[in-house]
Amino acid sequence: MNATDSFFSTPAAKDIEAPLVQLKDVHLSFGDNQVLKGINVEVRRGQAVSIIGPSGSGKSTILRCITGLLRPQAGEISVGDTRVDTLRTEAELIALRKRVGFVFQQYNLFPHLTVLQNLVIAPTRVVGRSRAVAERDARALLEKVRLAHKADAYPGELSGGQQQRVAIARALAMQPELILFDEVTSALDPETVGEVLTVIRDLVKEGMTCVLVTHEMRFAEEISDQVYFTEAGSIVEHGPVAQIFGAPRSERTRQFLQRALGEGQRARPAPPTEALRFNQLRFAL
Amino acid sequence: MANDATLSPPAALPLPRGAFAQAARHARNPWLIAGLALFALLAFWSATGTTPVAVALLGKWLPSLLRGLLVNIEISVLAVALGTVVGLVIGALLLSPSAIVRRLARVYVQAFRNAPVLVLIYFTTYVFPFEVHVVQWSFPFPDWVKVVLGLALPTSANVAEIFRGAIQSIPSAQWEAAQSLAFKRSEIFRLIVLPQCLRRMLPPWMNLYASITMSTSLASLVGVHDVVDMAQIASNTVVRTDFTILVYFTLLALFFAYCYPIARATRALERRHERH
Repeated sequence: MNATDSFFSTPAAKDIEAPLVQLKDVHLSFGDNQVLKGINVEVRRGQAVSIIGPSGSGKSTILRCITGLLRPQAGEISVGDTRVDTLRTEAELIALRKRVGFVFQQYNLFPHLTVLQNLVIAPTRVVGRSRAVAERDARALLEKVRLAHKADAYPGELSGGQQQRVAIARALAMQPELILFDEVTSALDPETVGEVLTVIRDLVKEGMTCVLVTHEMRFAEEISDQVYFTEAGSIVEHGPVAQIFGAPRSERTRQFLQRALGEGQRARPAPPTEALRFNQLRFAL
Repeated sequence: MANDATLSPPAALPLPRGAFAQAARHARNPWLIAGLALFALLAFWSATGTTPVAVALLGKWLPSLLRGLLVNIEISVLAVALGTVVGLVIGALLLSPSAIVRRLARVYVQAFRNAPVLVLIYFTTYVFPFEVHVVQWSFPFPDWVKVVLGLALPTSANVAEIFRGAIQSIPSAQWEAAQSLAFKRSEIFRLIVLPQCLRRMLPPWMNLYASITMSTSLASLVGVHDVVDMAQIASNTVVRTDFTILVYFTLLALFFAYCYPIARATRALERRHERH
């Protein structure tokens, strides 16, 4: 019994049919800036779903809506039986976030805590697990992300790739039903991207439900069941991985993939194609 | 016995070498050199009976000066303790969601950060009565309490600013990360933000303490019997120019001896934080 396999235990029969995550016609804007213009996404239990598309197309915003960090102006979001868009109280949001893990582009580990404490603090303080159980689970998870020897190090002493693996372990320590990965390799050195992708690949193989926003096209092609291609706040095309990467129906998808894949295996995302919107830039001295 | 004799030299060797290296390190310590030189000079004077009169007088007055310094230290500790408690409250108000509360807290901070400390001490001395009457009892309101209040005002304003700066220096991503781990807002503040803030606040807070300690020398101006007041009494009693000069040098040395280690410790803390 380790920290990650509790979600296998008893999936009710209807859960296999109903999507775990469902977004219906989600609209969200910051002021005049429309970020999401009617997004529909479905994620089934045990699936790995990738969201790809140019920078600024609203991919990360979709993930933040799923975990209730952002609230859409219109549309429905559900995770299991929970209607995320109607959650109002802190207690309701906390109940949701116990079930949904989130891994950030910039890792966002707690710098004043050791690696082990980073993994233990939420399970003990939020879920109320005993320290002994939480530490045992945390060490098992560190073993899994191949960082058992760094348990007592501080995040500042680790490389980017190591920090990101700790961040994944920290999300797993809450034993979530679902993990959202927000461009988790975009801030990493090319050499350390591989070690993080290996961890995610293992999770997908184990049947963890994953939603990934990524610029790693080869990786998305390799591990995903479904792929969504977004551009300018809308979903241009979605379907099984073979369709998107093999025979995209949209000309835009074809162009984007050609450019993204054509630039070789490089880890860097394709530069944004649209012109700079000067009226939305903010300058600070 | 023979075995003991052959074993003991190598076993004993590291100790003298380590002790020697330590002694060599101490020998380069300028503070130790200065202290030893002073001690040697005093020993020479007392042995030969040639102690200068001013130095002998200083020896007589030194206990009184140290008692005076204790008053300064008490005032500084109380003022900073009170100022820190009030400052943390004001600092929290600086981050209030209500614009009016924020504005009022801002006025308080700006007013007391930009006021000369001496003016604040005179202000509290003359604003508060020298006695407080409650029904038929009257309590004295001693001058040193007024000085504590006068120094607590700029302390609280500075602590408020240090606190606000520390809270705002914690990236919002830390809040997001903690939220996504299902922490409550109050838990995020208590477990994630505050511990990081305290580490960042400690060095500037210690600086503030050292500067408030130096400001306690103003207490003598409103009649508190502190170390400066004691130096004046000594100088007016003895009435010797060389003694007066020596007394004020001693004052400098006493304040330095108290504040410099604080400054060093602050610097050491800052360096340690840079590494983490």
